[in-house]
Amino acid sequence: MNVLVSILFDGVAYAMILYVISVGLSVTLGLMGFANLAHGAFAMIGGYALTSLMNRWGVPFLPAVGATFAIVGLIGALLERAVYRRLYGAGELDQVMLTIGLVFMSMALVSFAYGPQPQPVRLPEWLTGQIDFLGRKFPTYRVFLIGSGGAIILGLWLGLERTRFGARVRAAVDNRRMAEAVGIDVDRLFTATFALGSGLAGAGGALGADILAPTPTYAIQHLVFFLIVVAVGGLGSLKGAFVAALLLGIIDNGGKYLFPELGAFFIYAAMMALLLWRPAGLFGRRA
Amino acid sequence: MTDPSSKGAIDRLVGAGRLRPLELLPWAVAVGAYFLFDSYLALGSQILIMVLFALSLDLIVGYAGIVTLGHAAFFGVGAYAAGILARHGGWSEPISGLLISGAVAGAVGLASGFIVLRTTGLTLLMLTMATGAMLFELANKAGGITGGADGLQGIAIDPVLGLFRFDLWGRTTYLYSLAVVFLCWLFARRLVHSPFGRSLVGIRENVQRMHAIGSPVFRRMLTIYGISATMAGIAGALLTQTTQFAALKVLSFEMSGEILVMLILGGVGRLYGAFLGVPGFMIAQDAIAKTDPYNWFFWIGLMLVLVVLFVRGGILGICDTIIARIRRRP
Repeated sequence: MNVLVSILFDGVAYAMILYVISVGLSVTLGLMGFANLAHGAFAMIGGYALTSLMNRWGVPFLPAVGATFAIVGLIGALLERAVYRRLYGAGELDQVMLTIGLVFMSMALVSFAYGPQPQPVRLPEWLTGQIDFLGRKFPTYRVFLIGSGGAIILGLWLGLERTRFGARVRAAVDNRRMAEAVGIDVDRLFTATFALGSGLAGAGGALGADILAPTPTYAIQHLVFFLIVVAVGGLGSLKGAFVAALLLGIIDNGGKYLFPELGAFFIYAAMMALLLWRPAGLFGRRA
Repeated sequence: MTDPSSKGAIDRLVGAGRLRPLELLPWAVAVGAYFLFDSYLALGSQILIMVLFALSLDLIVGYAGIVTLGHAAFFGVGAYAAGILARHGGWSEPISGLLISGAVAGAVGLASGFIVLRTTGLTLLMLTMATGAMLFELANKAGGITGGADGLQGIAIDPVLGLFRFDLWGRTTYLYSLAVVFLCWLFARRLVHSPFGRSLVGIRENVQRMHAIGSPVFRRMLTIYGISATMAGIAGALLTQTTQFAALKVLSFEMSGEILVMLILGGVGRLYGAFLGVPGFMIAQDAIAKTDPYNWFFWIGLMLVLVVLFVRGGILGICDTIIARIRRRP
């Protein structure tokens, strides 16, 4: 029973990070059809930005996460304007090569600036203890992850379902030409959405820096998992990405806990079986 | 009566299969390099093997339009199959070892293609990556058979055809690799100019239309995926046999990424991109990456971004543009 609870609890905390990082990828992919493999690099930059802000300039944890969101979002917006938009209509191969190129460059730059070792994350005092709940102790950091992840998800959902901006995004995902025809400035929408998605990836990388430590190979090492969340959830589906992140987080944690000798093998097999059954993902509208 | 325009098209298609003198240039260079640079034969053999690997990738990426980030899976399966055959199976005859390893890789290719090729776009990319990651994990965990992170050592290979021992200077290695790559190239060349090869281009350009004219799209894609995996497996087996060692790197994501980069830099979908991109990449890597691997990543990344933004089609694309300019100005 105890084992089950801690698998579920750690799995959900992990899933929150996966979701916050990957959701931007899902939306940009649904909106622009852009296979952005550099998305993981934004999360990596987020992790590094957080550790720099905290360790070098002594910024407290929460403001540092907020600043990271803004910094990475800005980088995303600049890159979208300068590089990404040139390839919106281009073939998949060109998009893949461009973004792999960006991943390689970010790896080199990060390693040049910080060296190959993982960056240490010093969590603030109030996140290091444990919380008593129903007679069980839970690590505060993971409770905080679940709480803040939940808040971000709620904010995203409200923003997308209840605001004018969200309505525009949904319109453009459903039918881009029609959205343009009724006067939505899809061009600017792309930039804004891209910035938001990369900012979220950065924030996810910052929040989860204690679980997924920032290293130069981060962007490649964890890329498969981010892609699994998007593909299993179904492109462009917020709900799908959430369900997929939950499944992935819990199954991966359970697998590592119960069958450590199998490694990540279990998760890949489960995912392949699922995609054989539903090639478009759980909540995907098209393959 | 056929109308003249379609006759021209048929002539062009048939004519494309004829061997032009320029196509023999890479082979002349390869043979020449054997005599001129005989102290670099080890690097030369590595280049030949990677050319074969890139060629196999060109068949699916360039011709069938299947973008994959996990082609090292088949290269690695071939490499480990050859190694395990020799180390544990006592099968040290090289040519049959090569064929068996190719067949194993081909079988893995067909099995994974059966799942992977049902999807498109990002899902397909992710599944190809996952295939590679799965096999990497498998090789890493099954240390008793594969040697795990230390790699598979102690592989002994018999002389080629019972006559040519693998010598210290790498002469046999180079010529053996050259012969295998040449035969595979002949096969690939024949394949892409065949009606089957044309139908792959059709699938790349317009899947819906290929469905509409009744082409068995999935079966065609699965076939070329299997052929490409076999060829990649032969390349991997060649690497194991000639270096008498198989390391985990052959299955890694970096390998899949690098080979795609080499192909793109040379030019994709033209059968000759591999001959330009691979030597260019590997010679530059030999010079730069030894001192600082991360610096090397930066330059490769920058080169990729610039190629995609400004010179689509890689080195061969640039050549085309220059030739077209010269022809326009008489």
